[in-house]
Amino acid sequence: MTTLYALSLITVAAPLLASLVTGLFGKSIGTVVSHRIAVTGVGLAFFLSVVLLGIVLQQQISMHEISLYAWAVSGITFEVGFLIDPLTVLMMVVVTFVSLMVHIYTIGYMHDDPGYTRFFSYISLFTFAMLMLVMANNFLQLFFGWEAVGVVSYLLIGFWFKRETAIFANLKAFLVNRVGDLGFLLGIALVFMLFDTLNYQEVFAKLSTTDLKLTVSLWPGMDVSAITLMCILLFVGAMGKSAQIPLHVWLPDSMEGPTPISALIHAATMVTAGVFMVARLSPLFELSDVARSFVVIIGALTALMMGLVGIVQNDIKRVIAYSTLSQLGYMVVAVGVSAYSVGMFHLMTHAFFKALLFLAAGSVIMALHHQQDLRHMGGLKAYLPITCVTAWIGALALCGIPPFSGFYSKDILIEAVHFAAIPGAGFAYYALLAGVFVTALYTFRLIFLTFHGKARWSHQKGHAVHEPGWVVTLPLILLAIPSAVIAWFTVEPMLFAANGYFKQSITIDTAHDVIGQIAYHYPGAFGFALHAVVTKPFWLAVAGIATAYLCYVRFPKVPARLAREFSVVQRVLVNKYGFDEFYQWFFAKGTRNLSLWFWSVVDIRIIDKSLVGGVVHAWGASARLLRHLQSGYLNHYAFAMILGLLGLLSFWLWG
Amino acid sequence: MLTAIDFLIVSSLLFSLGVVGIIINRKNVIVLLMCIELILLAVNTNFITFARFLGDTGGEIFVFFILTVAAAEAAIGLAILVVLYRARNSINVQDLNLLQG
Repeated sequence: MTTLYALSLITVAAPLLASLVTGLFGKSIGTVVSHRIAVTGVGLAFFLSVVLLGIVLQQQISMHEISLYAWAVSGITFEVGFLIDPLTVLMMVVVTFVSLMVHIYTIGYMHDDPGYTRFFSYISLFTFAMLMLVMANNFLQLFFGWEAVGVVSYLLIGFWFKRETAIFANLKAFLVNRVGDLGFLLGIALVFMLFDTLNYQEVFAKLSTTDLKLTVSLWPGMDVSAITLMCILLFVGAMGKSAQIPLHVWLPDSMEGPTPISALIHAATMVTAGVFMVARLSPLFELSDVARSFVVIIGALTALMMGLVGIVQNDIKRVIAYSTLSQLGYMVVAVGVSAYSVGMFHLMTHAFFKALLFLAAGSVIMALHHQQDLRHMGGLKAYLPITCVTAWIGALALCGIPPFSGFYSKDILIEAVHFAAIPGAGFAYYALLAGVFVTALYTFRLIFLTFHGKARWSHQKGHAVHEPGWVVTLPLILLAIPSAVIAWFTVEPMLFAANGYFKQSITIDTAHDVIGQIAYHYPGAFGFALHAVVTKPFWLAVAGIATAYLCYVRFPKVPARLAREFSVVQRVLVNKYGFDEFYQWFFAKGTRNLSLWFWSVVDIRIIDKSLVGGVVHAWGASARLLRHLQSGYLNHYAFAMILGLLGLLSFWLWG
Repeated sequence: MLTAIDFLIVSSLLFSLGVVGIIINRKNVIVLLMCIELILLAVNTNFITFARFLGDTGGEIFVFFILTVAAAEAAIGLAILVVLYRARNSINVQDLNLLQG
């Protein structure tokens, strides 16, 4: 099918080309042409992704493989290729849509930034890298995309490279991601070791013939199941990229970057790559209960603990960042309990409403002239009506209030965890339920502190607080629409239809098919929304919103008092459980000290002074001794000759 | 009756005298030249001894050659000495340590 070939190739090439042009010639072609090129490139990618989605839906394509070219053949083939299937095209549409919205939004947000064209080049490059990641048909290309989005993320977090905090944050993100990537790379190596190929479909095809009881010896006497180890290692990669405990520390710091990329990279797309990867590799993860238990527990811990931290943050972007961490935890739990399609569904709805919330926050930040502190906001609903309404939609979706899209994804997700039977699911269920309350609390704390109550900011002369231009509000509105309604008509085909959307892309062992169990008594989108009033998540969300209302609108003195009363809890949360301090102390400082020790003892004393210097000194000392032999007197030399002659003669005589 | 050993002893005594003279002499370069001559004479004595006792005149013929060469060598050595004295104003062995590193 050559149409698919051409379509997918152009989809990937358009953002890359746009990135190259804006990056290399941005200065000469000017800002307006630059953003036109970038928006056109991504717009084209979005349009073609939608076309691809249409083709996939219409022709029921499953796993159509496109091989572009093989760049190395040595026993195995390393190739660049695409795998077009429902999972891929869904991700493509989500990525390109959010990316397009962010491109448009950026025109307003970065309006007078000196790095305007550079920024467009970066986000177009990011779109290209993310597309390579989701469209890959082999592990190596997945890894390429994985690293490429990491690099662009690094560049964008440190976009304002003159800020010390930004440089610290991007270095931190880069280093923490290396930890995850090491696991990921080892996992890929193990895949190659077991299956002798890196192509997804070949790997999946070989699963039935591979001995699943294979073990790998970690060290003598410690044998572990190869499949389990492989899945856990691959998931460690996901933990890095999707910022799961304990590799989550980089994501809140990444808020140093400009807000549009926080929406695009650190909320909607890149950080969900881990979830996508697990869903993509569902045939592998289905084989290891241990690995999935691990996934569930990590996800549940992240979902609850990071949500709690979100309550005490004062930076508007950081609150949303912790919310992202928490929601990523939800998705990870979903894929952990084999509800891959629900994980992807939540990924999709989350991409919309979280990008929306970030962009709304960016709009607020712009209106207040780069004020990010919630304590200096308030009462903005009169000044920023569109932002306020769209942020409300995003917040309601995030909290899971019917009929917003987040309600469907989150409720079904929690339901799926409830049905799951693997170890850790019980804990995860209660963690996620508690998480619903926490989510509602921090989300509406943010909403109330920003848009409601008394204004805690002061008017500056000549700087009226008003809604930014249409380039900012249009993306907000366009994101608010899917945040509100997308689930209505996607929930059934994606999750429950007999011949479901993901049927071809995702493998689920019937033994733990939790979605099948939910589908059994699923009453339809409308019925499900009505049913919400008798479910726990709904009332927990309502309770969270009510608490936020009481604490931050009706009785604004309560939070401070609570913080005093429970100062220990408060301190633990403000310090984010001490992860950062521990890493700073143990890894950063520890490495420095260890290196210092190696430098001063091993390098200087042993190598420089003993080995290198030692040889020199030994030669010097022996030369100082031997120079006494060279007196320069003829008779001494003659004597030496005689001695030598005597020695030779006696050797000849008696030797 | 004198045996070859007696002659050889004399010649090795001469040789040793020459060698020791070279080694322990610290005063005069002329003494060095004389010691070298002494060593050559010890060699000549050996030649003559073996020529006599082995009945081979070749050894005696060689002595002539050696004496001739030794004379030439002594001439060259003395010439070098004169030049040395001109250059360094001394023929004291102690002062001739230019070879020292």
